Amino acid sequence: MDLSFTPEELAFRDECRKFFREEFPEAIRRKVLDGQHLSKDEIVTAHRVLNAKGWATPHWPVEWGGKTWSAVQYYFYQDEMQQAGVPSPLAFNTSMVGPVIAQFASEDIKKRFLPATANLDIWWCQGFSEPGAGSDLASLRTKAEKRGNTWVINGQKTWTTLAQHADWIFVLCRTDATAKKQEGISFILADMKTPGITRRPIQTIDGGHEVNEIFFDEVVVPEENLVGEVNKGWDYAKFLLGNERTGIARVGFSKARLKKIRELAALERVGEQRVIDDPKFIEKLTSTEIRLKALEMTQLRVVANDRGRGGRPDPASSILKLEGSVIQQLTTELLMDVVGPYVMPFAESDEGSGRNEMGWGPEYAAQSAPAYFNNRKVSIYGGSNEIQRNIIAKAILGF
Amino acid sequence: MDFDLSDDQRLLKDSVDRLIADRYAFDSRKKIMAEPGGWSRDMWAQFAELGLLGLPFPEAQGGFGGGPVETMLVMEAIGRGLVLEPFLPTVILGGGLIQAAGSPEQQKTLLPQIAQGKKTYAFAQVERSSRYNLADVQTTAKQDGGSWIINGEKSVVMAGDTADTLIVTARTAGGRFDRGGIGLFLVNAKAQGVTIQGYPTQDGAHAAEIRFDNARAEAVLGDPAGGLAAAELVMDQAMAAICAEAVGLMHEMHVSTVDYMKTRKQFGRAISEFQVLQHRSVDMFVALEQARSMSIFATFAASETDPATRSRNISAAKVQINNSGKHIGQECVQLHGGIAMTMEYKAGHYFKRMTMLEQLFGDTNTHQAKVAKAGSLF
Repeated sequence: MDLSFTPEELAFRDECRKFFREEFPEAIRRKVLDGQHLSKDEIVTAHRVLNAKGWATPHWPVEWGGKTWSAVQYYFYQDEMQQAGVPSPLAFNTSMVGPVIAQFASEDIKKRFLPATANLDIWWCQGFSEPGAGSDLASLRTKAEKRGNTWVINGQKTWTTLAQHADWIFVLCRTDATAKKQEGISFILADMKTPGITRRPIQTIDGGHEVNEIFFDEVVVPEENLVGEVNKGWDYAKFLLGNERTGIARVGFSKARLKKIRELAALERVGEQRVIDDPKFIEKLTSTEIRLKALEMTQLRVVANDRGRGGRPDPASSILKLEGSVIQQLTTELLMDVVGPYVMPFAESDEGSGRNEMGWGPEYAAQSAPAYFNNRKVSIYGGSNEIQRNIIAKAILGF
Repeated sequence: MDFDLSDDQRLLKDSVDRLIADRYAFDSRKKIMAEPGGWSRDMWAQFAELGLLGLPFPEAQGGFGGGPVETMLVMEAIGRGLVLEPFLPTVILGGGLIQAAGSPEQQKTLLPQIAQGKKTYAFAQVERSSRYNLADVQTTAKQDGGSWIINGEKSVVMAGDTADTLIVTARTAGGRFDRGGIGLFLVNAKAQGVTIQGYPTQDGAHAAEIRFDNARAEAVLGDPAGGLAAAELVMDQAMAAICAEAVGLMHEMHVSTVDYMKTRKQFGRAISEFQVLQHRSVDMFVALEQARSMSIFATFAASETDPATRSRNISAAKVQINNSGKHIGQECVQLHGGIAMTMEYKAGHYFKRMTMLEQLFGDTNTHQAKVAKAGSLF
């Protein structure tokens, strides 16, 4: 047992740190660290800077631009990226549809989509959830019917994040209504410009327009757009959701946010006292830091164990999302504690609030309440924390 | 970075685990508790035979040459078995203080006696209102010819009723809270002027109130006015050790709760089928894994060279251990229901030991305040 890293691992960490902090566009990092929303152009630019270095798709197969990094290297890559305020490569492309195509699709589909997906020449969005299929995703009803050499899609998806920027959508569709619910689902790719696809934005409680509803009305796509085999879509969806084992804890991101909170709490005053000198505040900040330190250690245990497990996830990995999401939420509470009364002004805009356009209170005030409201989502999406508990109960505790 | 055990460590873990499994069943423990002082001399001899009592000492002094990871493994097993023998007071505190502050001659003489199971120790440090401040010492030591005369009172001295030798913090100079002027004195428990009132503690162990009326010390460990740094180092090591013991307790509480849920039937089915109870036991699991992570963190922090970093990191670990321990302990009792309220069932005893460990060497508030004062953990 040894908590130190090898000189090679530390050199890799330093390489990541140097790249993310010195070579990556500073203005984008600043916005992320300040909790502001990025524009489409900024997200694309950030993604392409990473891809140009070969760092947008490190976990893809090597032949499609992946790296042969160890779990420790991958950990440092994510941790340094998050701490520096570098936005992760677009998850829909690199963590979701990319790996599914690389693993299950035909050579033609791979050639057609993977390079463009890696470079964000195509922006993907995720058509999974439906109004009646949230935690119980397998009960989805959007259906695809085979007509000649096409699939015809009818139905509705929801919570489709950043679909307003998307060129393509990957859709889970029911292709066999008679089979068991998990066994009649297929994974289909559709161009967002296909006639019959319409989008309705949903405004979330933070004021932002991050998510959308997507309607499919007699949407015709070529048959080769079905990935892998028909009725195997549920397996691919599980593969996709299981792809991300450690990054989901977002430890590096929470570290950066706590650092920011410390800085702001030393500036912000209540009467003659700095917020950071308030014993109740510092107690809450400290207890969140301790919890995050424990999670960082847990994440390292998972990373270290990854080597000997041949791809099977460590049982401890299942707690990363549970704890990580709650800690992220706690940091947004702390930020509101720092800001005080200036959490109140509400700025509504199409890009979502985040910049202090109105100029009331300090610059950093405007994004505090929206961040708090927005972050309630992190314990809901990607399998709600209650679903995570069900998984642990079954897979680890044997209930 | 590597969380795997070496072959030697695995061997050590296996042999300790086997000893606990074979000899420390819940019923055997009850019998041990009834022995004088609440622990078994026979078991102590077996610990010595296995090399456990010299575990952290150098091989030249009859030890095993083990580091913090070895201590962690043994302490975790001690937690799982609810072991009553005074390993912590004798080996970790007593032996630790002799190693940290004693002269080479003292180490050469005293450490092998511990390793062979011939002598037990207690660290007489707490005073009536000192709580967890090692520098708050009102007990005095005055030089008298070639030796030191101790006067004062010590509170809740763990295993103080059966220890052969007491290591007493006493002031040779300075005011009540001064960091300088504190020495570590070896006092024979049977010396004239030493009054020991022993009593059982909530967790089945023993402690004592000890009064020193002109008691003559046998020796002093190191500088009679500069013992605090060594005491703080050893206290941090002991804290890392009890973090591991607590993980052993939490592990047992969690496992026994899950097992119980699968066998206990109500409303015609195992209560493990109820989702509300499943989720509560999952939250215990999360708390356990977070505690295990911080126990490992504390284990490595104990050998940190900068005292401020060491102390901050150990305090952070203690906060997590206390929070996880309280949660798991209370939920263990709640999910077991009435049976865990009884003395005849083991679950309540784990809960009781865990609750005592929460305040031992500093409660949550104390350590949280220490971390807050030290600044960011990152």
